[in-house]
Amino acid sequence: MKTTRRRVTHLAIGAAAMALVVSGCGGSDSSSDDTADDPTSESSLPDLEGESIEVAAVWTGAEQKTFEKVLAGFSDATGAEVKYTSTGDDIATVLGTKIKGGQPPDVAMLPQPGLLAQFAESGDIQPVNEDVAAAVDENYAAIWKDLASNGSDQYGVWIDASNKSTVWYNQTLFDDAGIEPPTTWDEFVASAQTLSDSGVQIPVSLGGADGWTLTDWFENVYLRTAGADMYDQLTTHEIPWTDPSVTTALETLAELWGEETLVGDSGTALQTDFTGSVTNVFDADAQSAVVYEGGFVAGVINDATDFTVGEDANFFEFPAVDDSEPSVVGGGDVAVQFTDSEVSQAFLTYLASPEAAAAMVSTGSFTSANQNLDSSAYPDETSKALGEAIVEAGENFRFDMSDLAPSAFGGTVGAGEWKDLQDFLADPSDVEGAQESLEANAAKAFK
Amino acid sequence: MSTTPPMVAQSGGRDDVPAATDSTDGSIPTNPTSHDRKGTWLAAVFLAPALLLLLVMVLYPIVFSLVRSLYDAPGSSFLGFGNYVSLFTDGNTLTALKNNVIWMVVAPTLVTALGLMFAVLTERISWVTVFKTLVFMPMAVSFLASGVIFRLVYDEEPDRGLANAMLVAVHDTFAPSSSYPGGRPGDPDAFPAADDGTITSAESVSTGSTVPIPLLAVSPDDVPAVATVAEEATEPGSDSAISGTVWLDFTLGGGGEPDVVDETEKGLPGMEVEAVQDGKVVGSTTTSANGTFTVSGLAPGDYELRLPAANFAAPFNGVTWLGPNLITPAIIAAYIWIYAGFAMVLIAAGMAAIPRDALEAARMDGATEWQVFRRVTMPLLAPVLVVVFVTLVINVLKVFDLVFIIAPGSVQPDANVLALQMWKVSFGGGQDQGLGSAIGVFLLLLVIPAMVFNIRRFKKEQ
Repeated sequence: MKTTRRRVTHLAIGAAAMALVVSGCGGSDSSSDDTADDPTSESSLPDLEGESIEVAAVWTGAEQKTFEKVLAGFSDATGAEVKYTSTGDDIATVLGTKIKGGQPPDVAMLPQPGLLAQFAESGDIQPVNEDVAAAVDENYAAIWKDLASNGSDQYGVWIDASNKSTVWYNQTLFDDAGIEPPTTWDEFVASAQTLSDSGVQIPVSLGGADGWTLTDWFENVYLRTAGADMYDQLTTHEIPWTDPSVTTALETLAELWGEETLVGDSGTALQTDFTGSVTNVFDADAQSAVVYEGGFVAGVINDATDFTVGEDANFFEFPAVDDSEPSVVGGGDVAVQFTDSEVSQAFLTYLASPEAAAAMVSTGSFTSANQNLDSSAYPDETSKALGEAIVEAGENFRFDMSDLAPSAFGGTVGAGEWKDLQDFLADPSDVEGAQESLEANAAKAFK
Repeated sequence: MSTTPPMVAQSGGRDDVPAATDSTDGSIPTNPTSHDRKGTWLAAVFLAPALLLLLVMVLYPIVFSLVRSLYDAPGSSFLGFGNYVSLFTDGNTLTALKNNVIWMVVAPTLVTALGLMFAVLTERISWVTVFKTLVFMPMAVSFLASGVIFRLVYDEEPDRGLANAMLVAVHDTFAPSSSYPGGRPGDPDAFPAADDGTITSAESVSTGSTVPIPLLAVSPDDVPAVATVAEEATEPGSDSAISGTVWLDFTLGGGGEPDVVDETEKGLPGMEVEAVQDGKVVGSTTTSANGTFTVSGLAPGDYELRLPAANFAAPFNGVTWLGPNLITPAIIAAYIWIYAGFAMVLIAAGMAAIPRDALEAARMDGATEWQVFRRVTMPLLAPVLVVVFVTLVINVLKVFDLVFIIAPGSVQPDANVLALQMWKVSFGGGQDQGLGSAIGVFLLLLVIPAMVFNIRRFKKEQ
């Protein structure tokens, strides 16, 4: 389920961007060329003429083309030959088989920190050298080093980051209601009320049939009400789900989920899947105006509706709760090396550079956490805003909590956190019952 | 698991093979002893591939599952019957078991009954081939595709779901939907709304006065084209009337004052307004294009003004087919759609084999068609019906795909069946293949009686 979702993410952003600004692609090409010509930035890369490297990742199609731009940049800079292999969605199994067969790729892009930890503990991946570490320190917020480390060793470079802290809205309905995108939770609830007054029947559309949309809601609210440290502790189940901080987050959610005039009948919400929750908002006679989910919503809007992202469909960042700092919940892919060679170390150093990031984001399929990336490299305003929010969040970027939990808790249809939050949506007044159930399921899964 | 029943059934058939070979060989009268030996050897050669396949693909997995079910999730420590204990104490598995029982009782019965009806029909109509093809066609569609189709059929949104579209069409023919669904008072202190949507004035209104009634949450799409800009009502000018305005108190684009008739705000025409005294409606009217109304003909005094709930009733949107209550019947209906054709074909074949003269004789003796069917056809057809029924029972026990696809994630636990639960705990998140094997073994135990029954029948027939 996780990988499927991830795939949706990338495909969606990709499709979105391509449909968005065709002319933007040309512009971004030239901008990435400009940076590639900059002599100072690549002076640290050695001459690797005659060397070759095998790189594996899940990407195919348009995403693969984008990633190959990055690879071409490395070849141009060093003369090394890069061979790309797509593993398909199930990268963990493919890599596991290749390792057992004694022929792992030199470098692979892992979609989860959990896989990095797993391969680090089995000793299959090698720590990065000082050059890579220095490049990461220079270009990324410290959280990205932590996310790429296991124990005291750093193992990789996060080459892209996705943003799941975005709320998408129907511009026409916002204009009709005369409201601006809210920045705080209270404004958000008030906006929903105004939308309801203006005649929008179900202002906030929830895709409750897909449990992961609800865990993403919770994670965003929790990161803002409890803070990043508590978020980390809840992620690893160091604190129980019966903790008062969880109570606060659920009560905050209930301010919205508990109001039938704002989110409609919960029975209907629980019948609505993710795609339905998006198309309910972006429809000619839409009865909903707002839907929360990650950047990949843009792709669904472009594929499944007549709306255009950036014109009549826009997003605002997930609102702050009680003056919380800018925070982003998201995902990403980390490059790790299975062989400790000069060429793979050089490749990782290159991936951490703003040039590689510029090539990665140039088609709009990906966004990057590289803080030295010139944001003009993005082909359109939407992906640019998505990427800038990640950089702005800095230390307050957190990985999707349910993706880091054992799948029995955080990734199973009709069980664990998914089911518990669906039950909570059905009865948002029962915060205590929801917490007890969450804790019971978490205790079972985190053995 | 899914391949087990047919494989075992075949093995039942193949047991007879050596006997058959022996008898044909025996008919050639040369050197019986060496021939017998040769025959046995030949039989072994021919049987070996089948036996080997059976051993590797059926017997070994069964034994392995049996052993695996006694170990924990990583397969490292022995639990004894621990997995079986958790199997029968886990709420999800018990729901699955309950649903399986419902499936086993309801689905085969209905499919067999429907198949019988269709089979009888095929004897009476002239366009048999077309009819048979139509009914049998769903069998050609994969379970997965059928699941996707029915997920759409049952969609709650009447614009998408066929089932609800039909219900709503029928419902709205007899009870037209309200004009302003979802509307609520703009000033709930002066005009509180009851739970059913009825809006009543908080304080009584005396005749001769003018009452503004602001409303909110009316979709601009629901405001009829005839509506004009709202106007403040003029004084009724008599002691026997109450006037007022019902309007949509929301300026599109924002900026309107609450409870004030702003420049662009529209009246809500056609709204029922009632004057109530002592719980009785004593006068009523409907609003005009600009939202104004005058309830006249009232005796001077105090009244409650009321906008009845019928103005605001939420539109009928059909039934939540895929909700926790209806999900299993809904999926069973999809199963029936697929399998009715299968039952029909088998039963029709059985009916074709019934000797015509038995039916003719009954008719000659003066039996009605019903009596012929009840007393002659049914008894002669009974063996076929039983075979169809038992085959369906086995089939229903392993139902997985339909449930997996049709039930939305939030309802999946309510629709759960054992095969799905087995997959979920072993691969779909639980990653506990010990418990999964235990469920598999349990399913096998459930299938065995039906299989034994079928094999015995086969043997008897041969």
